[in-house]
Amino acid sequence: MALFEAKNVTKQYGNQLALDNVSISVPEQCIYGLLGPNGAGKTTLIRIINQITGPDTGELFLNGKKLMPSDVQFIGYLPEERGLYKKMKVGEQALYFAQLKGLSKAEAMKRLKYWFTKLDIIDWWGKKVEELSKGMAQKVQFVTTVLHEPKLLIFDEPFTGFDPLNTKIVKNEILFLRERGATIIFSTHNMESVEELCDNITLIDKAKTILEGSVNEIRSKWAANEYDLVFDGDVKIEGNGHYNILKQQTENNKSIIRLKTTSNINTNDILQTLMISGNIISFNPALPSMNEIFIRVIEARN
Amino acid sequence: MTILAPVLMAAIIIVPTLIMMNQSGDLKKIAVIEDNSDLFKGVVKNTKDAEFVYLENTKVEDLKKTFEKAGYYGILYISPELVNTPNAVYIISKKQPPIGLLQHIEGSLKKEIERQKLLAYKIDNLDDIMKNIETNVTIQTKKLDESGVEKGTSTGIAMALAYILGFLMYMLVFIFGAQVMRGVIEEKTSRVVEVIISSVKPIQLMMGKIIGIALVGLTQFMIWIFLTVGIVTVLKTTILPKSGITEISQSMPQNLMSGNQQVTGTTQTAQMSPQLAEFSQMFDNAMNQPWGLIIICFIFYFITGYLLYASVFAAIGSAVDNETETQQFMLPVTIPIILALMVAMGTMQNPESSLSFWCSMIPLTSPIVMMARIPFGVPGWQIVISMLLMVVTFGAFVWMAAKVYRTGILMYGKKTSWKEMWKWLRYSG
Repeated sequence: MALFEAKNVTKQYGNQLALDNVSISVPEQCIYGLLGPNGAGKTTLIRIINQITGPDTGELFLNGKKLMPSDVQFIGYLPEERGLYKKMKVGEQALYFAQLKGLSKAEAMKRLKYWFTKLDIIDWWGKKVEELSKGMAQKVQFVTTVLHEPKLLIFDEPFTGFDPLNTKIVKNEILFLRERGATIIFSTHNMESVEELCDNITLIDKAKTILEGSVNEIRSKWAANEYDLVFDGDVKIEGNGHYNILKQQTENNKSIIRLKTTSNINTNDILQTLMISGNIISFNPALPSMNEIFIRVIEARN
Repeated sequence: MTILAPVLMAAIIIVPTLIMMNQSGDLKKIAVIEDNSDLFKGVVKNTKDAEFVYLENTKVEDLKKTFEKAGYYGILYISPELVNTPNAVYIISKKQPPIGLLQHIEGSLKKEIERQKLLAYKIDNLDDIMKNIETNVTIQTKKLDESGVEKGTSTGIAMALAYILGFLMYMLVFIFGAQVMRGVIEEKTSRVVEVIISSVKPIQLMMGKIIGIALVGLTQFMIWIFLTVGIVTVLKTTILPKSGITEISQSMPQNLMSGNQQVTGTTQTAQMSPQLAEFSQMFDNAMNQPWGLIIICFIFYFITGYLLYASVFAAIGSAVDNETETQQFMLPVTIPIILALMVAMGTMQNPESSLSFWCSMIPLTSPIVMMARIPFGVPGWQIVISMLLMVVTFGAFVWMAAKVYRTGILMYGKKTSWKEMWKWLRYSG
């Protein structure tokens, strides 16, 4: 069942259409990628989900029920532009945000201690926010986002500003939160992390949904009959009527070849012809990266 | 700074008193020389900070060189020509003589010359006549209220009240309003706002900010007042000697009781010393101000006026990216406040002017101008209309400000204009 659904959402600012009839459906315990170029309308959609602003038309559902103002306690939101009160102490501030989301002081304190210890920022409890490094402040904000154990988490570019080590830590925390039952909407331009983390995506461009579905399905669909072939030893092959060679190279005594079949020919038939040329180590469909798909889709529209 | 403020304020009150005390402690000996006459001998009497020594057979020229060594502060030279020539008198000293000393000398000499001129008319019993005509005049004003009861009032007190109330209002609205604006800008630029309005509604955040700052400001104000009063009282009892204050405070309870009975009050005051009478009169008049009305109106106008302006300030804060951009929006907001303050000052000269009347009706200026008018007496219907207009307008302003705020707070990197803000008003939730 879908934990969150937006149906036919339209939002207009003055003469500018920010969202045009956009629908998304986020399955429970899924990591859902919200992709799109800058200014496509992602942030508007996220703000609508957070009820920061309302849609002109369209409906929103959480757990099958219409989204209510009181539902904010079930949603955690990490905005792209991070913000904390600079003059406030880290601990005080985290406590304040937790209480805003409806946690009791004692409960908030207990959970904060747990998370601060887990992310190794407990020493910063009494420091002022302005003394923190950017990564530190991000960790604090990450904690305040997830502290009230929301069913739906929304991360807007969660990894910017983190070093690779901290990126890994936060990534693992996101996966851990999903294990524990959270559903995550994840907006990013970092396509590698989309491939790594997301189950489903929606691609929005110029206020409209362009692409939607599971990451694997989308990648297979865009695979377009390309295959990666690896031979043992230095092997050269020529294209024929059934396939073309896109590129081939030899590395560490292995020949890596990418070919594209010209028609819907059975892969077994191709393999039979190829086996003659040498010892095949692997044969895989060449999935385009999300990066490539993103660029191709957006460029095709312009 | 927060702790220092009451100390500074107490210092402002105490230090001048201390300085005055120090000055009076320094006795000035002044040599008085006349040219071959004793016309003015003993005329200038000693005061508590000056002693006048009348020297005979001394030349100014001789004393000029030695007066300091002889322990004199200065030399007062009086020529016999003084009766006809007003400037035939001078004082020689190393320092500029204090104005009080000069006034004392001038007053004494003037009186003596007048007396001598009168003497020339050869009037019988002149001294008795002189004593008899010596008077002091203070006008007492009586205001007739609706029931026809005479009440002692004081234009001075009404003016002081009008001034204090008007100015207090101006300060509170302006300081707190600007603080609201800075708070909103801070939240916007540090991007905290997006996190918070995913938890609460924008209007809740805006109103929370406005009310919170008012409470913080009022608390700080209260602490300052209490601390200042505390420090001043402690210093007064320890540093300053007991003076006339005790006499006055002793006579006060009696006057307090008679405050409601004017007729007996005046007969009583007649028996008191003139100064005391004046003071108790003032006290009676102060008690006659409609304090209940003043307090109620002050609270009402403060709350509504503050909400009105603070919501405008909040809207401006939300529409800009940093404080420097606020300039173009500040001017139109500042003008009504400054105008109100100026009209309020004018109100003290002429409370019945039509300018004062209209400004006490228009909601943008009424909090300040009406407060300045009330001590002079305002018909009830005018207050009611002014208050109704105020409530309607403040409601409309808060509503509009909330709409602008909601859109503006999430809008970055766009130069905002009034036109743009007008457009935001019509965006749906």
